[in-house]
Amino acid sequence: MTETQVVHCDSCGKPADSGDHTRCRTRRAATDPPRYCTDCGRKLVVQVLPTGWTARCVKCGPLTP
Amino acid sequence: MSDILDIAREQVLERGYGLNEAQVLEVLQLPEGRVGEVAALAHEVRMRWCGPEVEVEGIVSVKTGGCPEDCHFCSQSGRFDTPVRATRLDIPSLIEAARETAATGATEFCIVAAVRGPDETLMAQIREAVPAIQAEVEINVACSLGILTEEQATELQELGVHRYNHNLEAARSFFPQVVTTHTWEERRDTLQLVREHGMEVCCGCIVGMGESLEQRAELAVQLAEVDPHEVPMNFLDPRPGTPFADLPVMGAIEALLAIAAFRLAMPRTQLRLGGGRELILGADGAEKGLLGGINALIAGNYLTTLGRPADEDLDLLEELGMPVTGLAPTT
Repeated sequence: MTETQVVHCDSCGKPADSGDHTRCRTRRAATDPPRYCTDCGRKLVVQVLPTGWTARCVKCGPLTP
Repeated sequence: MSDILDIAREQVLERGYGLNEAQVLEVLQLPEGRVGEVAALAHEVRMRWCGPEVEVEGIVSVKTGGCPEDCHFCSQSGRFDTPVRATRLDIPSLIEAARETAATGATEFCIVAAVRGPDETLMAQIREAVPAIQAEVEINVACSLGILTEEQATELQELGVHRYNHNLEAARSFFPQVVTTHTWEERRDTLQLVREHGMEVCCGCIVGMGESLEQRAELAVQLAEVDPHEVPMNFLDPRPGTPFADLPVMGAIEALLAIAAFRLAMPRTQLRLGGGRELILGADGAEKGLLGGINALIAGNYLTTLGRPADEDLDLLEELGMPVTGLAPTT
């Protein structure tokens, strides 16, 4: 996945530039891996592992932690 | 003698008998100002009846999401519109996860699946994965695959599964408000099967799901009646998209009282600090728990959320002078 402008919130999948994402940021900082692709807004396929996680968008490809 | 902590000191600390339901309720109802006192007693009880060792476990989800059940706390239910997308972990990745877990000093590695019970596809994977992990990694393998049949319990035991997790989750009286697709009794029956087949019983719960203190006390005693080797104690982390998404987060004081009360109900069990601790108890949650009745930890991440790095927990154990439990042979 190439670096592009963040269009979607990676926690809730809604547009990143509108709405209140305070709770999303709190979740991401505390306990949550990304759940949505920031490019296309699709749900990511996320595998949490004991010491890390992997995430992949079916359209845009894998994310790097 | 009428103060509940005086009673607990004599009954639980001195004689090793867990508190009954009414007594657990009295502990849960103690005022905030007595939390330090009850936590200290719970710690004494743990040290007296379990010792200073702490059992460390790693967990991994082999089948994430798409679960047919409707556990209202769970982001992996296929019945709710949650951010979790279904996926499966392959066997090489499972072995690698076990290796990473063992490297933290953990002695238990639990393979968890979001299912009602294991189908043939999952059993085939477990059939291949358990011996492969046992051959390559020095760690006890545990499983959490939902409701079992007699044949499945037999097969897991024959594979050398050391411990089987199946949580009661909630008190019997509260369970129908948490899950409607299976019953509390079905869960208890699986636990009975696990015990009959010689695997260690791991049976935990989630507190903070809107249950009353009376129901929390009921839960503690129902768990004690199961007499599990281990009780993972989780705290509700309200997940987006689930029916419990908007429930308030439990307060830290209430959580510490619950930990102490559960220890006083189950003086000899492995009481494991599970999911939600980072959210409820904060950065020093592990220390508060370990000095308040806890004697087991999940190292690293959970099934769908991230935990504190295992290194930080291990450093803490060293600081507290609490050795990590060594590997015991599978029986």
